Amino acid sequence: MTQPAIDLATTPQTGPRARARWLDRLQAWWMIAPALAFTLVFALYPVIESFLLSLQRVFLAVPSLGQQWVGLDNFRLLVQDPVVRQALGVTLGFVLLSTALEVALGLAIALVIHEQFRGRGWVRAAALIPWAIPTVVASQMWRYIFNDQYGFANLLLFGDEVARYVPWLASPGFAFVIIVLADVWKTSSFAGLLLLAGLQVIPHELYEAAKIDGATLWQRFWHITLPLLRPAILLALLFRTMDAFRVFDLVFVMTQGGPGDATQVLQFYGYKTLFTEGRMGYGAAISVLVFLTILSLSLVYIRAVGSRLLEREAR
Amino acid sequence: MTKRILLAIGVVGIVVGSLFPFIWFLLTSLMSQRDIEAVPPTWWPSGGLHFYRSALFDHQLTDYMLNSIVVAGSTTLVALAVGIPAAYALARLKLPGRSWIMGGLLCISMFPQIAIAGPVWQILERIGGLNTHWGLVLPYVTLTLPLAIWILASFFKELPTELEEAARVDGCGVWGALLRIMLPLAAPGIFTAAILIFVYAWNEFFFALLILTQPEQQTLPVGIALFQGEFTMPWGELAAASVLATLPLVLLVILFQRWIISGLSAGAVKG
Repeated sequence: MTQPAIDLATTPQTGPRARARWLDRLQAWWMIAPALAFTLVFALYPVIESFLLSLQRVFLAVPSLGQQWVGLDNFRLLVQDPVVRQALGVTLGFVLLSTALEVALGLAIALVIHEQFRGRGWVRAAALIPWAIPTVVASQMWRYIFNDQYGFANLLLFGDEVARYVPWLASPGFAFVIIVLADVWKTSSFAGLLLLAGLQVIPHELYEAAKIDGATLWQRFWHITLPLLRPAILLALLFRTMDAFRVFDLVFVMTQGGPGDATQVLQFYGYKTLFTEGRMGYGAAISVLVFLTILSLSLVYIRAVGSRLLEREAR
Repeated sequence: MTKRILLAIGVVGIVVGSLFPFIWFLLTSLMSQRDIEAVPPTWWPSGGLHFYRSALFDHQLTDYMLNSIVVAGSTTLVALAVGIPAAYALARLKLPGRSWIMGGLLCISMFPQIAIAGPVWQILERIGGLNTHWGLVLPYVTLTLPLAIWILASFFKELPTELEEAARVDGCGVWGALLRIMLPLAAPGIFTAAILIFVYAWNEFFFALLILTQPEQQTLPVGIALFQGEFTMPWGELAAASVLATLPLVLLVILFQRWIISGLSAGAVKG
């Protein structure tokens, strides 16, 4: 397929060769057709339909009411809804805090598992365990660790002094911090793997040369590793930000958005509106809000990394 | 010297930090009810496998496991069957607009579930897919395809073109070249993609919760999230169930650590 003889631009569009070439093209489209079909039906159409639903009033429980166009009514409700405001704040706080911690911790993990030492394979496997554990299981684990009576956290902090035991998840401040902690535990290693891939392409000679010039460990990290790792760090930030925005499992299992609305996040509120209350139109408006927030955030990142990623892809 | 000390601290930190919550649950699963309820908590279990028996047979864990195996297994097969030809076409055949398609796929993999949840539910309701395993597999395939295609395409791209061209000259069609020449060569990539798809489908909770409302159909994450006892929270059974749900994944990680790491970073920062 790299033969210039059958380049479409220079050969006439007739004859068996052009025909074969055209058939190849057709085949190629057939090959991606099923994947495109899945994507169109179960990803693209639903997003568009969500936008349309957000302009209607639909109740799941009462289909007889039908669907009624209500213009921007749902969005007017959205702006006035104090829970939405609270959830937006909690979600953004969660995203910022957890992403920053995960990429920082991920960098530390990547630096360690990039080194050569005996038993590195086992350490790498250990680092992957949190990534592999189902989020629901991780949530139950942390919920148990912070249990008010049986939890490990109380045992560690207060030992026998049962009177001082803290009901962690019943306290708004602690509950939020614990959700962040559980997320950091679960996903730092994924950030670490993205950064590891970045570390692996930094030429070793740079470090050798710096060593000869007498650069300290810290100087080598600060002047070689960090600048050259910038694209990988941005990529890890992008992936983690997008993913942190979708936080749902942790909140569902550990707090159900409580206490009060201290851990209320957008995806959980949207889920409740859509499927517990059955307000499809208003739920769709919430999901449009989530979608647009993520889109605008990712555009900021993609300006930084995405275009380069696609260029490399196109080559 | 400082480097060695830092490295040692890092290694201990990673191993202890990654494993201790899981080990605490593992210990809990081996405790007796009395160990669990001891205030202050005890360290060492003395209960044997009691909670495992109870989780498996009194809490329908066997059903959940079977459902998870069916759902994750068929998701993996379908996603590969759909993803392999697509990745091949995108990596090796000169399709117009292919970088747009790859970019679009990347975007889709970042969609928040809530942005598509309502309409996906409606589609499944219309075609009778609610409370069925195939109804769950359809969105799972869609959501794992981007990852599968990115990994597979990056593997296909690295294979030499000569073999394939020779096959074409000898009269192999596009499909022949893919199935007979490229597929065996790309086996490691396919295996990597299979592991990651399986792990995704095994762990996914959001759509499983929406689509499967009957306990007989539910997968492990739903079962574990909704785990309840009659009067109190059955922590022992829950811990045993969690250990059983996690064990296959721990095995995968120990056996295939290398493939998983290469797969997760494929197409991300390579080259």
